[in-house]
Amino acid sequence: MSATDVGAALPRARAELLPALTPLIVAAIAAPLIGSWSTFATLTLAGLAMGMMIFTMASGLTLAFGMMDVLNFGHGAFISLGAYVATLAFLPLAAWSQANSLALNLGVFGLALVAAVVVCGAFGYVFERVLIVPVYGQHLKQILVTIGGSIVAEQLLYALFGPEQIPISPPATFRGSFVLGDAAIEKYRVVAFVVGLGVFLAQMVVLNRTRIGLLIRAGVENREMVEALGYRIDRLFVGVFMAGSALAGLGGVLWALYRGQVQASMGGELLVLCFIVIIIGGLGSVGGCFTGAILVALIANYAGFLAPKLALVSNILLMVVVLLWRPRGLYPVTGR
Amino acid sequence: MSERLVLQGVHTHIGRYHILQGVDFDAPAGRTTMLLGRNGAGKTTCLRTIMGLWRASGGAINLGDAAITALPASAVARAGVAYVPETMAVFSDLSVKENLLLAAREGPLDDSRLQWIFGFFPALKKFWLSRAGSLSGGQKQMVSIARALVEPRRLLLIDEPTKGLAPAIIGGLIECLREIKRSGVTILLVEQNFRVARELGDLVRVMDNGRIVHAGAMADLAADEGLQGRLLGLSLDSHQ
Repeated sequence: MSATDVGAALPRARAELLPALTPLIVAAIAAPLIGSWSTFATLTLAGLAMGMMIFTMASGLTLAFGMMDVLNFGHGAFISLGAYVATLAFLPLAAWSQANSLALNLGVFGLALVAAVVVCGAFGYVFERVLIVPVYGQHLKQILVTIGGSIVAEQLLYALFGPEQIPISPPATFRGSFVLGDAAIEKYRVVAFVVGLGVFLAQMVVLNRTRIGLLIRAGVENREMVEALGYRIDRLFVGVFMAGSALAGLGGVLWALYRGQVQASMGGELLVLCFIVIIIGGLGSVGGCFTGAILVALIANYAGFLAPKLALVSNILLMVVVLLWRPRGLYPVTGR
Repeated sequence: MSERLVLQGVHTHIGRYHILQGVDFDAPAGRTTMLLGRNGAGKTTCLRTIMGLWRASGGAINLGDAAITALPASAVARAGVAYVPETMAVFSDLSVKENLLLAAREGPLDDSRLQWIFGFFPALKKFWLSRAGSLSGGQKQMVSIARALVEPRRLLLIDEPTKGLAPAIIGGLIECLREIKRSGVTILLVEQNFRVARELGDLVRVMDNGRIVHAGAMADLAADEGLQGRLLGLSLDSHQ
């Protein structure tokens, strides 16, 4: 190659720090408006915990859309399914959940999470093979088929578990609050925050440090070229879809324990929030989804305290503002 | 290691359009065969059909003794075919290193082969950890070609490698492709720039309306301006 080109200067990479800093900026603006430090800390931690749960649910959706170009309106069904699986896991182990033992409590909590991941991953496989495969590349049909699938799944859950809300509580040592400075911090929110952060870090490690992650990142950008390099993109699709469904189930468990109840319609209600988050974050971007989820949750909490009526539309307003600023989301994925 | 590519009566439909209408040609092992033709003649569709990115609706494609007609792109790639698309298709969000790592299916990058590639494209060494999306057009083309070379292949399909590149860069690219050619790999190269085709091609196949309308030695076509005019609608002077 010619010497002239070898020495060609690289255009400077665009600074991408600002979108990641938006939650901090929002918090900095909200702090003086809220006034009380303890209230601000409580609201912020609640927002972070909520953000982590939303991220866990939404990250699977953004990966499936980013890589497979699939609009999965059935994603909410896996959230509900995960929550029901948690109730089934907690039921025979009620003694472990009620015991004042951190080890037993972690055991039942971990078991519920693993069960939800396995069951939702398996159902994700069936859902992809039966419903998604025939409609790859056809968005309208995807919307219709996945909405249909989610309605069937929701009705099946009603049929199996009944229409009533099923109460579910976090294990004994995760209940209640502790005081940090003047702020009261709910223990379960800390647990949810830690689990969500763990999910995020695990995803970052897989995406950035493994070959399968490299394939996923490349597949999000250009599926055809990944296939032309010799990789079976269909297998990768199934794997990503199963992982996305498993993450939805995991998020469903966290959310159910946070709200203290399970019902079949919860997934559908949360799906709207998931779509808002992945649109704000940039379709296909896990980092964007993480930032978007925290932003949505923080603003919902701050708005709920400062202007409760505004909280009803805060998510939509946030989406409008972000899209006016960055029309393809906070972290747009190339090729999307 | 390189193999002869043979297409026999290959048809390709894209939607309701019948693009390839019975393509017959061969690309001998270890030689560089140029696929020329006017815009819309079906050259890119031909490469994509060989690669398995479009499914042939009829005919047969063989690489050596292996029939690759009905294989998906991933299987064609695993059969030893590398593809450099017209769009380059580098993974912009991945670094140069990651782009090459992904292309090395057999395992870690072979250091001696990497040094061989760096010999053609020193810029890749310089920008090894940079995002491919931040590179210039010429540098992206280097990544795209390097990806095809990172492991030994039996056949290289290269689609318009000089498209959109500055003349100064094209000279370097010709040198690089000439060096790759000397390595003995079979190359099928689509090129609109006749000067480049003349410099690199051993053989030439000319397409028009989805069929091969001429097959012969590149040197013969380069020497016959009348034939060029008839087949390609060009005069050599305009492409000097």
